[in-house]
Amino acid sequence: MLKLSKSVYDQLRHHGEETYPHECCGVLLGTMNGNDRTVTSAAPCGNTRTDSPENRYDIDPRELVKIQREGRERGEDILGFYHSHPDHPAHWSSTDLAEAHWFGCSYIITRVAKGKADVTNSFLLDGAGEEDKHLDPEEIEVSE
Amino acid sequence: MKILLPTPLRQYSGKQPSVELKASTVGEALSGLVSQHPDLRRHLYNEDGKLRAFVNVYLNDEDVRYLEKDATPVSDGDTISIVPSIAGGKEVDGLSNFWIAELNCSCPMRCCPACCC
Repeated sequence: MLKLSKSVYDQLRHHGEETYPHECCGVLLGTMNGNDRTVTSAAPCGNTRTDSPENRYDIDPRELVKIQREGRERGEDILGFYHSHPDHPAHWSSTDLAEAHWFGCSYIITRVAKGKADVTNSFLLDGAGEEDKHLDPEEIEVSE
Repeated sequence: MKILLPTPLRQYSGKQPSVELKASTVGEALSGLVSQHPDLRRHLYNEDGKLRAFVNVYLNDEDVRYLEKDATPVSDGDTISIVPSIAGGKEVDGLSNFWIAELNCSCPMRCCPACCC
């Protein structure tokens, strides 16, 4: 299960509305305690896929390095990522799976329908390696 | 010098978030890392021994691909960050009838071929 506060949940959904009709993307940071993973902050990122932002996203690794380093200074680890699917289901695509490499991390997807954030789902990347990886639905617990 | 490991790779480093070692180049540092933690090798390198395409290696704030790659010199106070890439995007082709029906459905229950209304 992935736990996140209402403010973080609202923040990532709002980000998808802001960038509509383009995909948004960002990093989820927080703490892990066994299987309990709690997101304590989200870091919105720019989408470097300016050639096709309506159906692709890519986070600049340099931005990711900075987020990872600053998160560690605050005692936060990268727990996952979020992005939006403008006018498209909140379900992972074949591209999402092919490009997912952070095992044990969550990939949150929000469907933004006609500019409004709609369904938000989370998927956990699991598997022994690149050859047999899979994205499994996981429960999200949103708290006030 | 220090190598920062991303969350998914820590299970192969005895749960350590970073590894301290002595090295004079990036290549030496990465070799030292996989020598200390051999289980990391197949997650960082492909079968040809090349760094996997989605694995980014940064020396402080610089991508080593734009420096001298493995030959990039490192010193004691340096930090290497390993960050797998983050990318994706919605399905462009081959949207199944299931999802097309769901997208076009005006029912407040968001009905689709999988639901009962």
